Amino acid sequence: MLLKELSSLASPLSQGQVDKLKQLTAELSAVQLAWVGGYLSATAQLGASTGSVESTPEQTITILYGSQTGNGRGVASELAEKALAQGYAVNLVSMADYKVRQLKQETLLLAVVSTHGEGEAPDDAIELHKFLASKRAPSLENLHYSVLALGDSSYEFFCQTGKDFEQRLAALGAKSIVPLTECDVDYEAAASTWQQNVLEAVKPLISAASASVVSISSVTSATSSAFTKQKPYSAELLVSQKLTGRDSDRDVRHVEIDLGESGLSYQVGDALGVWFTNSADLVNEIIEQLSLDGATQVTLGDETLSLNQALTEKRELTQLYPGLVQNWAQLSGDEALLALSEDREQTRQFVLNHQLADLVAQYPVDITAFQLVELLRPITPRLYSIASSQSEVESEVHLTVALVEDQRNGTSRFGGASQFLATADEGAEVKVYVEPNNHFRLPENPETPVIMIGPGTGVAPFRAFMQERAVQGATGESWLFFGNPHFEQDFLYQTEWQQYLNDGSLTRLDSAFSRDQAHKIYVQHRITERGEALWQWLENGAHLYICGDAERMAKDVHQALLEVVKQFGGKDDEQAAAYLEALRSDKRYQKDVY
Amino acid sequence: MPLLEKDEALAMSDQKLSVNEYLKTDSNYLRGTIEEGLDTSLTGSFSEGDQQLIKFHGFYQQDDRDLRNERKEQKLEPLYSFMLRARVAGGVCTPKQWLGVDKIATNLTSSNSIRLTTRQTFQYHGIPKRNLKTLIQDLDKEALDSIAACGDVNRNVMCNPNPVESRLHQQAFYWAKKLSDNYLPRTKAYAEIWLGDDKVAVSEGDEVEPVYGKTYLPRKFKMAVAVPPDNDVDVYTNDLGFVAVAEAGELIGFNMVAGGGMGSTHGEVATFPRLGDDFGFIQAQDCLKFAEAVLKVQRDWGNRSDRKQSRLKYTIVKHGFEAFKAEVEKRAGIKFEPKRDVVIGDRGDRYGWIKGVDDQWHLTLFIEGGRIKDLPGQPLQTGLREIALVHKGDFRMTSNQNIIIAGVAEADKAQIEAIARSHGLMGKLISETRGHSIACVALPTCALAMAEAERYFPDFLTKVEALQEKHGFLDQGIVIRMTGCPNGCARPFAAEIGLVGKAPGRYNLYLGASFEGTRLNKLYRENIQEAEILSELDALFARYVSERETDETFGNFTVRVGVVKAVLDAARDFHG
Repeated sequence: MLLKELSSLASPLSQGQVDKLKQLTAELSAVQLAWVGGYLSATAQLGASTGSVESTPEQTITILYGSQTGNGRGVASELAEKALAQGYAVNLVSMADYKVRQLKQETLLLAVVSTHGEGEAPDDAIELHKFLASKRAPSLENLHYSVLALGDSSYEFFCQTGKDFEQRLAALGAKSIVPLTECDVDYEAAASTWQQNVLEAVKPLISAASASVVSISSVTSATSSAFTKQKPYSAELLVSQKLTGRDSDRDVRHVEIDLGESGLSYQVGDALGVWFTNSADLVNEIIEQLSLDGATQVTLGDETLSLNQALTEKRELTQLYPGLVQNWAQLSGDEALLALSEDREQTRQFVLNHQLADLVAQYPVDITAFQLVELLRPITPRLYSIASSQSEVESEVHLTVALVEDQRNGTSRFGGASQFLATADEGAEVKVYVEPNNHFRLPENPETPVIMIGPGTGVAPFRAFMQERAVQGATGESWLFFGNPHFEQDFLYQTEWQQYLNDGSLTRLDSAFSRDQAHKIYVQHRITERGEALWQWLENGAHLYICGDAERMAKDVHQALLEVVKQFGGKDDEQAAAYLEALRSDKRYQKDVY
Repeated sequence: MPLLEKDEALAMSDQKLSVNEYLKTDSNYLRGTIEEGLDTSLTGSFSEGDQQLIKFHGFYQQDDRDLRNERKEQKLEPLYSFMLRARVAGGVCTPKQWLGVDKIATNLTSSNSIRLTTRQTFQYHGIPKRNLKTLIQDLDKEALDSIAACGDVNRNVMCNPNPVESRLHQQAFYWAKKLSDNYLPRTKAYAEIWLGDDKVAVSEGDEVEPVYGKTYLPRKFKMAVAVPPDNDVDVYTNDLGFVAVAEAGELIGFNMVAGGGMGSTHGEVATFPRLGDDFGFIQAQDCLKFAEAVLKVQRDWGNRSDRKQSRLKYTIVKHGFEAFKAEVEKRAGIKFEPKRDVVIGDRGDRYGWIKGVDDQWHLTLFIEGGRIKDLPGQPLQTGLREIALVHKGDFRMTSNQNIIIAGVAEADKAQIEAIARSHGLMGKLISETRGHSIACVALPTCALAMAEAERYFPDFLTKVEALQEKHGFLDQGIVIRMTGCPNGCARPFAAEIGLVGKAPGRYNLYLGASFEGTRLNKLYRENIQEAEILSELDALFARYVSERETDETFGNFTVRVGVVKAVLDAARDFHG
């Protein structure tokens, strides 16, 4: 029976109940509907006839997550699994998919949210974040909640979005069950503690009746596989081919990895998590500078291994974080470093421009092997937007990797994962897992036009998009904006784009090579120049995608888009912002920025 | 051309026209889709058709062949760039112009160099497509252009740059300039596309190009004016040559020479290099009438089906010398007079200072490979710039890829020489052979090259010099020329020792041309490598020093003793 045909005449429900049901179902996502179905039938089977539909939400823990990199989703999924294991009913949902009007019906809300750039909410969370701060936000006196904030303490507005959620929920009358937990980049331990604490805290709040309610099929189950961040697949590296010309200032690689018989599958738009080992040169340099012995045995958790192995495989060496700088300052007793570590902004700049090896060289300390590994964060995998489609490359996965390299007093310092991928030999083992990104997806309708804005390595997912659409035989038009410093040296995948243009699968390509003329030209300038056509595409229903740098590019592009909408859509500032906001909430404006 | 007309044209001709003929016809007087090609930043290249048309605008599309495979793996297209050749009649330019030329090389090319050519002009290598327009506009600001420096038209007109006999040279140069200006394409395409002139509606019919017509010439066309006894312009290798005839130091007319040309194809005996035939004497004032007559006969009689048979030399061979001559006389409305006696001498340049008849001094600088570039310890480009900043005379590019600082007053000599010496432009001992020898550009930029030339030639010459020294005749010059392919930019078939590339490291060795450039050479050994070339030369040099007659040149010796047969009639003898 279709919902629109549902009436009190055709069902055992009263008209009031029908209306409520209609209202509820209209608000639910497909996943939520599936869950409600399961929930109700389980409730009926248990003969819990005393439980009314209205009281159902009281039994459910709603877990919301909003994050750009997948860490938030990871923490939320883990929490959901633990809650399910304890027999709770759980509704795990991305903030992007959450209907804000449902908020007033919630009684138990656990939120995991990250913060980006200058204290901004991640894309997924923008709508909910705005709603909570708006006049439309309802009183939430029946709500119990806790917020886990993810952030990076090297940024000024550390965990700002989490703080906003905490503050707004409290202001709307909701009751905190566990205080706001702020996590730094090494979030794992703190997140785990928070998970335990909230599950303890919800116990007295949940009635016994719901304790045996069905489990849900969470959002993750559709894409879950045997291989995860914690249990990655040992894949084989097939190719690490330089894409930039020999006179380029940068080294960008096309990396092909064989997923073999793993059965790992991904969709275009997803990211690949890549575990890496630190370079032997770097490990040796650090050990020698500190006059330690690489063979010294150290204990990490329940594992005992050599210092050499611990530094190579288990510890983060290429990304500093403020806590480490502070600790190092204490250890070294260096006045300048102590002063610097007390200033947040200076520390932030310092960690961006230094690595552990620089600290070691500039600020000698007396330290044992064990102290060193204790002081360092566990190594974490890096996420790369996938540059291929399985409909084209089958069991392979392709990445576009920029080798991160900085010069420090004549010494090269490399990014950990990018150096690993750029220097790995053919056949090398690479531990990987798929990190789904449901908020960066091609339109379902192959006839829908797409506009793809991807300067630099931001072009990676659009290579995947083009492969997917070419195999689909998609008839929708496509338009790529690409930019990089030099035409001759840095036109990533140039011959492939030429091929796609020749065979018609790519409709337009506009490029911006910033350093090929006296004044710098970036993709946002091309967007401005092509404003009229771009507006027409949007009006014709095009989906808009941005991938790449979040700090500057995505903002500049957004600004350029606003101007285009104003100029060619005849709108004022507010209307233009609303237009793009509407595109975003219709999933026609998606970002994969970092 | 509408389809119907094309079909008619086909029906009328015995053979299908070559693709280039349709391109020219359809190009709307050389416009094609060049502007659209400039607008796309997806590729650094032009479309195939436009690649032919841009030659008429003075430049070729090239790519760095050293990087082809590497860039393919990098998913990058070949590293395209353009070689632009300027039109500088007689190779003369002012110091101010030189400063402009120099600045362009630095700002707008990736090769950061100026390449002097065998046709008395300069060319730029490594111009990215996006810089073409600016470059041509910057040239225009110096009153220079690249119109018809390449393409199926009359190209840069050469003229002996000898400033010593200044009056006679002035008179010869006057005609060279006239020939250059008169047979410049009249289409406004160049001005519209590159200089931004307003577009004008193109009328149908031939009034746009009164000499050439819509399809221009069947093939490239080269002219030169020689002032004997110098034959630095290699007058017999040109399609049309004018050998100055003087009386009491005044130009009275020319011996006209036509039907020369170097280009040939390996393995195709229907193609061959050829030296021009002597047609007879003409009065100076009739120069343009004859030139136009020759151009028009070639326009109408030249082969437009097979580009390998379309140079003037093949037209003359096909129709016969007498028939061709009669047609030229008919169209010119004048008869040739009997050829006047002149002595054709040296093809080399006179290095160092020479005092002219007007008491001005002239300094000829040897530029190895014609490449003006700042090299470690030899900042040649900077040196010429410094000279241009103080020089009051002019610069003259020679057909041996060298440069003359011409018209220096006695008082300024020391200053110029000091600059030249401190920048490595002067002071090195140049052997007679090196001073007479030239190589084309070849790898990595020239698309036609099969082997190295410019990059390899200096080292090769050092080895030849060692052999000459071993046999005790290093003081004698031999004209040696090397090209990467048989198209002949460095005029290898008119060299006493010609080396023409066949494959990387492999060359055909030609012997037997005269020192003065009045007789072609002939294939001696095919497809050989350096060691074999040197051992052949070693043996020949040994024989030469023991068997030569007094003042006998190496080229003449190899013919006299029968190492190779003399090539007297190219069509008959070159492959025979």
